[in-house]
Amino acid sequence: MEVISENSALLTNYEVFSLLTDIQNGHGQRKPNKHQQNLATIVYETVKYLENTSCKLQNPELLKVFAEKVSRFNLTKAEKLQILNQRPTTAVEIQLIVEESEERLTEEEIYELLELISSCVPSISDGEKVEGASEDHEGKEEIQEGNEEEEEEEQMDEGEGEVHEELITEDRNDVQVGAEDNDDDD
Amino acid sequence: MFVLCEMKDTVRIPPWEFKENTTDAIMDILNKKFANKVVYNVGLCIALWDLVKLEDSFIFPGDGATHTNVHFRYVVFRPFIDEILVGKIKCSSKEGVYVSMGFFDDIFIPADALQHPAIFESQDQIWAWEYEVDEDTKHKLFMDIDEEIRFRVVDETFTDTTPSGPDTTNTESDIPTDPELKKPPYTITASISDSGLGCMSWWNG
Repeated sequence: MEVISENSALLTNYEVFSLLTDIQNGHGQRKPNKHQQNLATIVYETVKYLENTSCKLQNPELLKVFAEKVSRFNLTKAEKLQILNQRPTTAVEIQLIVEESEERLTEEEIYELLELISSCVPSISDGEKVEGASEDHEGKEEIQEGNEEEEEEEQMDEGEGEVHEELITEDRNDVQVGAEDNDDDD
Repeated sequence: MFVLCEMKDTVRIPPWEFKENTTDAIMDILNKKFANKVVYNVGLCIALWDLVKLEDSFIFPGDGATHTNVHFRYVVFRPFIDEILVGKIKCSSKEGVYVSMGFFDDIFIPADALQHPAIFESQDQIWAWEYEVDEDTKHKLFMDIDEEIRFRVVDETFTDTTPSGPDTTNTESDIPTDPELKKPPYTITASISDSGLGCMSWWNG
């Protein structure tokens, strides 16, 4: 085994959550069978953790709107990612996530940012009433859109660890099999 | 919190898997090999994201299986330094507080990275933050087990747990007493000594 790049892209919790629920439902990838206890365990535990976070209520359209609106605050990719994952509701949380927030954001901007978060990102504590809570996980389209979304964020901050669009929009199962002939020989 | 890691590996497909679609068989094998495992200097592997490229397969004499070089991307739990995460308190000791995230348990907050001033209640085996309301009144905020806690990642440690050769120096004792054997492969050191960090209930007003 060889590691080509240990950090080729950052993923939002939403992207991981939708991949894992797809695996659990047998979309895109097959459900873990009885020989894949490890996969079944980690998928179950991770989904259990992510279910209690606001990423459960997110969807690609919402992330796109958020990314467009948040761009004026000049936050780094990591900061935006944490805002989406943590969904801060107080100024003290923003100060934790945003490095040197006192210098980079005025008090007003912090409250504007909080306002933006509460209007764009649904909160888990608002319960099931929030629109999009009953979103169906239609699998690939969502994940791909999620990726394009990630792309955009990356373009905004001259992407360190950039992901190539061709790779990402490629269907997960649609990989060229160069070796089909070898298998069938004889 | 999660990253995509690009890796390359040789996948051996045994003959009885030939009836399967090649990509399905490879995805199964990769998930079986990496899911819920820590890869040294990479992180905790969660699930396969996608296959990037399959190279030609080979058959070796004496083995009916095919061997394929596969480039793939895997979802890996690898929080970056200074990332803010939320977990649950697993247990406490004099050394500090152990935090779990459900799927990942090896998070440790050393005693000197707790909110200051913190004291250890040895009777209940829990830590408490002695919050000073004013000069005379102090309020003890306990860090109970299972309470949600927000922390900042300050360090990560990978331990190479690949088995080394048999120990030739000490053949007398059969019981493995070496503490190194029990060491978790990937540990995160965290801190809560900043405002906004610590138990969620402290800050929710």
